Amino acid sequence: MDPGSRKTFDRSFTAVGYFSIALMAAALVVLLMPIFAKGSGAFVFRGTVENRRLMLEKFGRGDRAAIEAEKAAAAAARAPVYEAIARFEAALDTADAEDRRGYRSDFREVRELVAELLGPAPGRQTPVLIRDQYGQTRWDRASVVLHRILYVEDYDYSDATKMGVKVATPRVERFRGTALEPLFGVLERDARAMLRPRTTFYWRFLFDQSFDAHIFGGIWPELLGTFYLAVGAMLFAVPLGIVAAIYLAEYAGESAFVSMLRTCISSLAGVPSIVFGLFGLAFFINTLRVSPSKSVLAGSLTLALLILPTVIRASEEAIKSVPVAYKEAAMSLGASRWRSIVTVILPAALPGVLTSVIISMGRAAGETAPIIFTAAVSVGKPLAIWQTLSQPTPALPWNIYNLATEHEAVDEIRHVQYGMVLTLVVLVLLLNLAAIVLRARVSKKLRG
Amino acid sequence: MHARINLAEQPARPPRGGNAAAGARTLIAAREFSVFYGSKAAVDKASLDIPAGFVTAIIGPSGCGKSTFLRAINRMNDLIPGCSATGGLSLDGQEIYAPEVDVVALRKMIGMVFQKPNPFPKSIFDNVAFGPRIHGTGDRSSLGEIVERSLRRAALWDEVKDRLGDNALGLSGGQQQRLCIARAIAVNPRILLMDEPASALDPRSTARIEDLIGELRGDYTIVIVTHNMQQAARVSDMTAYFYEGRLIEFGDTGEVFTKPKEKHTEDYITGRFG
Repeated sequence: MDPGSRKTFDRSFTAVGYFSIALMAAALVVLLMPIFAKGSGAFVFRGTVENRRLMLEKFGRGDRAAIEAEKAAAAAARAPVYEAIARFEAALDTADAEDRRGYRSDFREVRELVAELLGPAPGRQTPVLIRDQYGQTRWDRASVVLHRILYVEDYDYSDATKMGVKVATPRVERFRGTALEPLFGVLERDARAMLRPRTTFYWRFLFDQSFDAHIFGGIWPELLGTFYLAVGAMLFAVPLGIVAAIYLAEYAGESAFVSMLRTCISSLAGVPSIVFGLFGLAFFINTLRVSPSKSVLAGSLTLALLILPTVIRASEEAIKSVPVAYKEAAMSLGASRWRSIVTVILPAALPGVLTSVIISMGRAAGETAPIIFTAAVSVGKPLAIWQTLSQPTPALPWNIYNLATEHEAVDEIRHVQYGMVLTLVVLVLLLNLAAIVLRARVSKKLRG
Repeated sequence: MHARINLAEQPARPPRGGNAAAGARTLIAAREFSVFYGSKAAVDKASLDIPAGFVTAIIGPSGCGKSTFLRAINRMNDLIPGCSATGGLSLDGQEIYAPEVDVVALRKMIGMVFQKPNPFPKSIFDNVAFGPRIHGTGDRSSLGEIVERSLRRAALWDEVKDRLGDNALGLSGGQQQRLCIARAIAVNPRILLMDEPASALDPRSTARIEDLIGELRGDYTIVIVTHNMQQAARVSDMTAYFYEGRLIEFGDTGEVFTKPKEKHTEDYITGRFG
């Protein structure tokens, strides 16, 4: 190759390299930006007076006197709404039967929507479901409900050649000329006074229990469950993995059997995680009966199996990369094989081993499929340590899926779902960061 | 236990030259000793007597089996798969390759210094204390004593006494090699095997190592493999010349270098090949 084209070749190769790195960075930004933007909504949002009432009544937080005063102010602003409803109801009593029938369902809808926005009407019995005991706690959700009160959304199918077109007509048209008419104007004008939105920083989202399947509250059971599962998986996988790695690197030698063993371990790392999940169910729960049904223990064991191949292979590589000179020096001083492994080789291999362990822990924390059948439930209380032996737990990855697809009110709890995603992503990023820092520190110590 | 060496009462060093070593007591005796890698003989029926308390140099071109012979003495070759030995190799009359030999006890008696300085990635103190620790010396004060004595013996103490806790890999190459010597003598061996101990070092560090070998002579039986013939001439009492696995000549260093019996030896020493 002549020097000119070699230069061109080198340059174009460098350019391709830079381009792919830039593409990866852009992809990362595109991926992470929405996660952070949307996820932060669970922690920082415009909280209404209903939110402060909830915090006071359910968690005993906040200044009681201030919140009572705020409630009174909000109640004053809400009074015209309830007054309009009461007057319309009274008018309906005296209206003729046809009118009554005509308005009945529309009026009921308005009343339900108002209760959804502002909470139960004053003087009514406290509802049974917690979600019915409070109005909208977040202003973004309140705005959506408000819009639904003010406008009736419908689809216009009149043009058969097109798909249905969404049309929003002001609901006030339906009640024009009745006692309910002022309600809409008042709501549109005074909604802020009725709910008093204020920027709220809800860091306790991480450490609060949830109510009513995540309609209110935080994600502590999920976070704790994820922690238990990941740490439990490490407890099983790390000792086993390191011992196996020592065996493969130091004792096994090079026989056909050992190379087959290595191939098996590598293939195991490529088995789809859902298969591990099913295996965990079949083996740990149905065959070994480590717990009567799903449990953190069974889930940890399954996750341990999943990450074991990675831990073994990475640790084996780390151990093999320790200079033979260390081993020779130790053995020439009269150290037995085991002694030289424990005192010299393992410490020198520590950075590599630690990295594999921590990254595997991130993987275990984020895996969904293996815990579906073995450990995860969608709703649960935070578990005490001993309960992990027999009880299932909610966990972040599974509950993200669950909230996104199977929750009865998906739209109302999007912020919780995004908050969970953010928490999980940050958790995994932190673990990886810890791996990098730890690795750097230990290798610095080793290098002197 | 580690006998305390009183520096003031050291035995007088054995005299250099004049065939003094040739008549000394034999410590290591090889009889028709061979080492095989698979079916290839790396050392081929070598017979020689290494005298106690003297420095014996093994010279020869690359691949002549000198390192293999050295590593046979403390059975480091056991680590290499497919390596086997035949014939006799004894230490104080005890066969080194006898099945009942405790390799750990054997290696405790035989210190080894390698070609490339290989301190552990630990502190200077922990490096020297490594041997005593694995042989059961636990308490800090006697360890400290052993570490100081060994470092003094290896002529390193003054340079490192204020930073015993520092990582040994921060030392210079020559210091690292002296640390390795200190580490080897900390277990109180009778024999020191040195596998080209100065070949990775600069001339000044090499000179210090050679001085150190002179210092240790008498207290330890030293077997040194070297590429450097001047070095062999400077430090050793006896010299063995290996070529392609066979021992060509073995005798008093002065004689081997000035009037070798074998033509082959002379060719090598005068630089006709190798």
